[in-house]
Amino acid sequence: MMEILEGSHAVAEAVRLCRPQVVSAYPITPQTHIVEALASMVADCRLDAEYICVESEFSALSSCLGASAAGSRVYSATTSQGLALMFEVCFNVAGMRQPIVMTIANRALGAPLNIWNDQQDSISLRDAGWMQCYAEDNQEATDLHFITYRVAEDHNVLLPAMVCFDGYTLTHTYEPVDLPTQEEIDAFLPPFKPYNTLDAKKPMSLGMYATPDYYMEFRYEIDEAMKRAKQAFAHAGREFAGQFGRDYSGLVEGYRLEDADTAFVAMGSLCGTVKDAIDEMRADGMKVGLLKIRTFRPFPSAEIRKALSGVSRVAVLDKNVSLGQKGAVALEVKDAVYGSGIDVFDYIIALGGRDVRKSDIRTIAGLAEKGIGDQYYGLRMEVL
Amino acid sequence: MALNVGCAAAPGRARDNRTGSWRVFKPTFRHETCTKCGLCETVCPEGCVKEREDGYFDPDYDYCKGCGLCAEECPADDIEMAQEEK
Repeated sequence: MMEILEGSHAVAEAVRLCRPQVVSAYPITPQTHIVEALASMVADCRLDAEYICVESEFSALSSCLGASAAGSRVYSATTSQGLALMFEVCFNVAGMRQPIVMTIANRALGAPLNIWNDQQDSISLRDAGWMQCYAEDNQEATDLHFITYRVAEDHNVLLPAMVCFDGYTLTHTYEPVDLPTQEEIDAFLPPFKPYNTLDAKKPMSLGMYATPDYYMEFRYEIDEAMKRAKQAFAHAGREFAGQFGRDYSGLVEGYRLEDADTAFVAMGSLCGTVKDAIDEMRADGMKVGLLKIRTFRPFPSAEIRKALSGVSRVAVLDKNVSLGQKGAVALEVKDAVYGSGIDVFDYIIALGGRDVRKSDIRTIAGLAEKGIGDQYYGLRMEVL
Repeated sequence: MALNVGCAAAPGRARDNRTGSWRVFKPTFRHETCTKCGLCETVCPEGCVKEREDGYFDPDYDYCKGCGLCAEECPADDIEMAQEEK
């Protein structure tokens, strides 16, 4: 049913439909409305789950890890400093192969303290062994929860997933969202079948100690599972499309890329602005298009290489920066198209919630055509 | 140790990791001034010191990491630590 919902509330409703048995989270702006809504649902008996109140994000994800290992479908949500506090547990969840789904309401990392949106938080956890999807709008943020639970719990994958959507730009914005019914989601997402379960009658340890003789093979196995997740994601996306008519089977998605000379690459809500700017530039005769990256982990290198094969140059819009290097997305796109002769220019943009307008996208198209890139876009020189 | 998903293992599998190879200093239990008090067994962080049938104690060198706590704490000064040649 189509409803006008705040992004956070749409996500909370999606999570409810996934029937998590345990929810544990610590409130932090701009994630708060999601977990507030879930806590109310549990209190009002709209969601039959254990809601574990904790004193920190470290404890939130730790209790999720234990609950998942004990055989429950588990959910959490966080952002920014909260995710940073989960750093150690994130690696443990992936290493113990627990299919936890966690929403990231993307926000900048301090210091300086900043509650607004960029994608530095989840990007900084890219090596943790969690799948990462980035939603362009609240419908996609909603639907990605159904799909990622399916992929995460697939016994060929068994990896946790972060569903990332931009803080405020999406979390606090009201949009029409088509919410499936419980019956529809039950048909798409069957009950969780754990691979291993902690059971006092059949004792077992998880995440055992591995010496140098074994550790590297364990890491290799996680990496292979992550690569298998690409197929699982495409498969779940196709099934979802068949049932609901919205297609997320592509790990990347092109927009007006045919005959484009300049391609933008972006993730998340920025894609909407870029699409509008592209429509205006196309009307003026400029050959521009967009490649939206939906899953940053697993990284769709082959799909990117194929999608960008016809363009002359790529302008990557990075809402993050690997300090001392470039933006993470640009670096990985460069790797994907290495040897093709395509120029890849990086633009660090919108850090800490700075607004991006259609005119900015047009300006960047001009910079890329002139070969000017690998820079922070829109720096206020007067305050430096 | 088998490569189980999530590094899952049945109880007791940590014994597969024979940590005795980490040892630099090896304790020798001389059984000369020993009063059989058992403090060595109590303080051993590896739990690898065990009582024999005659009441004396010996470490299990498959797991003893050579930390030297037993020698430090022995009230009878009956345990000697010496660098081990391998």
